[in-house]
Amino acid sequence: MIELRGISKSFGAVQAVRDVSFTAHDGRITGLLGPNGAGKSTTLRVLATLLAPERGVGQVDGHDLAAEPLAVRRSLGVLPHSSGLYPNLTGRENIVYYGRLQGLDAAALAQRAEELTVLLEMQEFVDRRAKGFSQGQRLKIAIARALVHAPRNVVLDEPTNGLDVMATRALRDLLRRLRNEGHCVLFSSHVMQEVATLCDEVVIIAHGIVVAHGTPEEIRARSGSETLEDAFVAAIGTGEGLQ
Amino acid sequence: MRALLTVIGKELKENFRDRRTLLSALLFGPLFGPFMFAVLIGLLLDKAVTEVDQKVELAVSGSTHAPNLMRFLEQHDVAITHLEVDAAGARAAIRSGTHRLVLLVPEDFPNAFARSVPAPVQVFSDGSDNRTGKYASRVRQLLAGYSAQIGASRLLARGLNPGVAQPIAVDDVDVSTPAGRALLVLGMMTYFILFAMLMGGLYLAIDATAGERERGSLESLLTLPVRRETLIYGKILATCCYMLLSLAITLAAFTVSLRFVPLEELGMSANFDALVAVRVLLVVAPFVLLGAGLMTVVASFTRTYKEAQSYLTVVLLIPTLPIIFAGLYSLRPTNALMAVPSLSQHLLMTSLLRDEPLQDIHIAVSAGMTLLAGVVLAWLAGRLYRREAILG
Repeated sequence: MIELRGISKSFGAVQAVRDVSFTAHDGRITGLLGPNGAGKSTTLRVLATLLAPERGVGQVDGHDLAAEPLAVRRSLGVLPHSSGLYPNLTGRENIVYYGRLQGLDAAALAQRAEELTVLLEMQEFVDRRAKGFSQGQRLKIAIARALVHAPRNVVLDEPTNGLDVMATRALRDLLRRLRNEGHCVLFSSHVMQEVATLCDEVVIIAHGIVVAHGTPEEIRARSGSETLEDAFVAAIGTGEGLQ
Repeated sequence: MRALLTVIGKELKENFRDRRTLLSALLFGPLFGPFMFAVLIGLLLDKAVTEVDQKVELAVSGSTHAPNLMRFLEQHDVAITHLEVDAAGARAAIRSGTHRLVLLVPEDFPNAFARSVPAPVQVFSDGSDNRTGKYASRVRQLLAGYSAQIGASRLLARGLNPGVAQPIAVDDVDVSTPAGRALLVLGMMTYFILFAMLMGGLYLAIDATAGERERGSLESLLTLPVRRETLIYGKILATCCYMLLSLAITLAAFTVSLRFVPLEELGMSANFDALVAVRVLLVVAPFVLLGAGLMTVVASFTRTYKEAQSYLTVVLLIPTLPIIFAGLYSLRPTNALMAVPSLSQHLLMTSLLRDEPLQDIHIAVSAGMTLLAGVVLAWLAGRLYRREAILG
C-alpha cells in the first residue's frame, strides 16, 4: 500500500508539486492522470525516494519515505520514465544485475529470471545483447528488471509511451494480472482512454495539485459529466494536454 | 559489500564487451607509448650517430689563398668543395640551398697573414636551420683552433710564451652520470606511463557516469535498495581495475620495446628489466585511485558521453603538468615534493629508471598523500551522487 500526504516539491522557482495526497491500495490499479507537466513524474520520484519532498510525508507498506528509504525501495518495483538498459549486457544479465543488487541469491535469481522470461514472453531475445532491442523488447526487460524481487508495490511512469498496440495490450494484461495477485499497482499516464480502461482508482493531478480522486464512476458522477473525459476536463479546468 | 562487488563485476564485464573501451584501455594506450618511445629514441640515436661520423660539407671560395688552412680543415673531417663566388654569390648559394655553409677567403688573405695582422675570412650559413647550425659552429671552432695554433707559433717565433695570450684556462667538468643525461627521455617515458594508465580508465569512468545518465539507466539504478555511495564506489573501483591492467600492460610493453633500443649509445643505462617494471608498478599504483576519482568527479558534472569525453581529455593533461615543471627546474626528490601526486610518481619512477636508491620515507609520503587525495576525490564523487540534480 502506498500513501502520500501533502507532498510538495519545487526546483528553483518552479513549483512542480504543490499538494499531492492519495492512497493506492493493494489489489487495485491506481492511475495517476494529468496533462504533461502536471507533476506526475516528480510525485513518483518522491515516492521512489529519488527526490526529497519539501513538505509532506509518505509511506510504502508502513515504511516512511524519509526515515527508511532503503526499506521503501525494497518494497517498490519502479519503472521510471526513462529506463535504459545496459547495451552490452544480454537481457537476462540486465535482469540478474538488478536481482543481485536487490539482494537475491543466485539460485533464486536464476529461477526468477526464467519465470519472468516466460511471463513476459521474452524467450526469443532474452539472451541477446540489449544493443539491438526494439522499443517493446526493451520495455519488457525493464519491467522484468523492476519486478525481479517480486515487489508488493509496482510503480510505472508513463509505461505505454511509444509502445505499439500489441505491446500496450500485453502490458495491460500484465498489470491486471499483478492486481489479481494482490499487488498494489500505481501508474501514471496522460492518456485518458488508457486510464479509463485499466484503472480501479483514478487520481487526477493538475498544476501539482490533486483535483479529483476516486473510481472512474465516482469521478464522473461527482462532476455531473457524461464521460470520464468530460469529468477530467472539468476537473483540471481546461482541455490542455488531452489526447 | 555484496552490492559493491556486484557493481564492480558488472562494470568490468560490460566494458570488457565494449570494443572502444577495450581498444583504448588495453591496446592503444598501453602499446602506443612504448612503441612511439622506441621509434623516437631510435631516430634520435640514428641522428646523433650519423652527425658525429658525417663529414662537414663546406664550400670554399678563394681556397687557393689559404692552402694551409684548407689542409687543416681537411684533416679535421671537413669535405671541401671549391667554388668562385663573391659575398652576394655566397648569400645566394645559401638561400637557394645549393650549399649549406660557404667560407669566403678574400684575395688579401695571404698578404694580411704574412704581415701578421688579423686576416679576414667570412662564414656564411643560415642560422635558422637547425641542422646547419651544428656544422657552422664546428667550422667556427676549427677556424678558432687554427687561429690559436698559428698565434701560438707566432709568439714562440718571437721568443714569447704562448701562455701570455691565454690569461684564463677553462676546464669544463661535466658531472652528469650517463643515465642522468637522459632526463628528457625519462620525462617522456613517465609521461607515457601515467597517460596510458589514465586512458585505461577513461571510457569506463565516462560510461559509468555520464553514459549511464545519457542512456537513461541511472534513474532505475537509483531506485534500487542500494546506497548511492556504494554504487559510485563500485564504479570507481572498476575504473581502478582497468587502469591497473592498462598500467601493467604498458610496463610489460616497455620492458619488451626497450630491449630493442640501444640506450647505452645515448649515454643512458637501460635499467628496465622485469624487476624494475614491478617496482614502477608499485610506486605508481597509488595514483590509480586518484585518477579514477578525478575522472569520475569530472564526468559526474556532464550530461552526455561526448561532453564527458571533451572535459576528460583536458583532465588527462593535469597530472602531466608537474612532470613538465620537474623537467624545467630539474627537480630532485624531497619530502615536500613527494606530497604532490603525479610529481612524486614521476620523480620516483625517474629514480628507479636511473638506478638510484629510493628512500623509504619518499615512497611512504608519495603513496600516503596520493591515496589520501584519491580517497577525498572518491568521497566527493559519492557526495555528488547524493545530489538530486544527478538525475538530470
